Amino acid sequence: MTSHSESHHDPHLAHHFESPAQQYQSARLGMWVFLVTEILFFGGLFCAYAVYRANHPEIFIFGHHFLDKGLGAFNTVVLICSSLTIAWAVRAAQLKQIRILKLMISLTLVCAFTFLGVKYVEYSHKWHAGLLWARSYAPQVDHGDGDHGATPESVQMAAPAGGESAAGATAAPAQPAPATAATPDHSNIAPAATGPAGLAVEAAGGGDEVVAEPKNAQTFFSIYFLMTGLHGIHVLGGIGAMFWLLFCARRGDFDTGHFTKVDMVALYWHLVDLIWIYLFLLLYLIH
Amino acid sequence: MSEHTDNGVHVSSVRLLLVVWVALIIGTYLTVTATYFDLGSLNIWIGLAIATAKAVLVALYYMHLRWDRPFNGFIFLTAFLFLGIFVGIALMDTAQYQDTLIPGFATAVGSAASDG
Repeated sequence: MTSHSESHHDPHLAHHFESPAQQYQSARLGMWVFLVTEILFFGGLFCAYAVYRANHPEIFIFGHHFLDKGLGAFNTVVLICSSLTIAWAVRAAQLKQIRILKLMISLTLVCAFTFLGVKYVEYSHKWHAGLLWARSYAPQVDHGDGDHGATPESVQMAAPAGGESAAGATAAPAQPAPATAATPDHSNIAPAATGPAGLAVEAAGGGDEVVAEPKNAQTFFSIYFLMTGLHGIHVLGGIGAMFWLLFCARRGDFDTGHFTKVDMVALYWHLVDLIWIYLFLLLYLIH
Repeated sequence: MSEHTDNGVHVSSVRLLLVVWVALIIGTYLTVTATYFDLGSLNIWIGLAIATAKAVLVALYYMHLRWDRPFNGFIFLTAFLFLGIFVGIALMDTAQYQDTLIPGFATAVGSAASDG
């Protein structure tokens, strides 16, 4: 203890470190190792995605028609903006610009909440349309008779403007084709009242694309909810970490130029952004 | 561009941050645009290439990997090495079973790939 009190004492320097530089480098090393575990954590889901898509590409081609490319792209841009602001926050913390730091963390929080808000809109659409995981998958559509064996009129109603769509050509699995049902142009599978209305935004523009519902279409939604859900939990974690940073900034932790905390949260947040870049490509932009 | 903190840690200029941001937005635009062209199985590889270019930009500049110790970059890369082994061998394994599947219960690898 005596040697400690005699030496010049940086309150941020832990006893087991030689210098602030060494302490900072150790924090960064630890953070990178943590990010590696995060990548491998998501890696299990990416592996499931790759194996299912390699074996059943038709499920993914069918499923992605129910995701809104526009909302996905918007969320990608939102996360890229948040990456910019948190990187700027690190710069501000390094230069002891506390006001800019607080502003940038707040902007990052706004982006994070915007992302979750859009995600809420997407999830609730799927929830109401019954496009859920595994055994909860029960796609439904609002129309008059509320029974199987839809008429061509109700199929037309279910389809968004533009005629042929994934929803219009959707067929109920395990439902034998009723002889009375009208047959669509490209398929002799009976159209059933299982197409979610209005969600097949992308299919309408596709023109010649008519996708019948393949077997086990719920696999896509299981993977979709697992991957985006785990990512969403990470966004929530990031929000918590950034509120903590704001609290630390208020307390004056960063007045001394000790920016390690901001740097670590920023590294984590960038990884969340990186994973979303791939999720957007792999889930929304299937061709 | 070459500002540093007391510890000798690199400080990114605002200009650099904004340039990377513009590049990322352009990358996103390209990824979305590329899906409107039907290039068969090439689509996914083009998409992955653009996404990886974006990821590299984020890692090098926003995550400061360019000015970081090389060892940290090495650690980060090992994640992708092991991810590649994991996914690659899993795919090889599942492909091996395709011949033995009972017809009608599963689609063979790649047989429906031309659908979309």
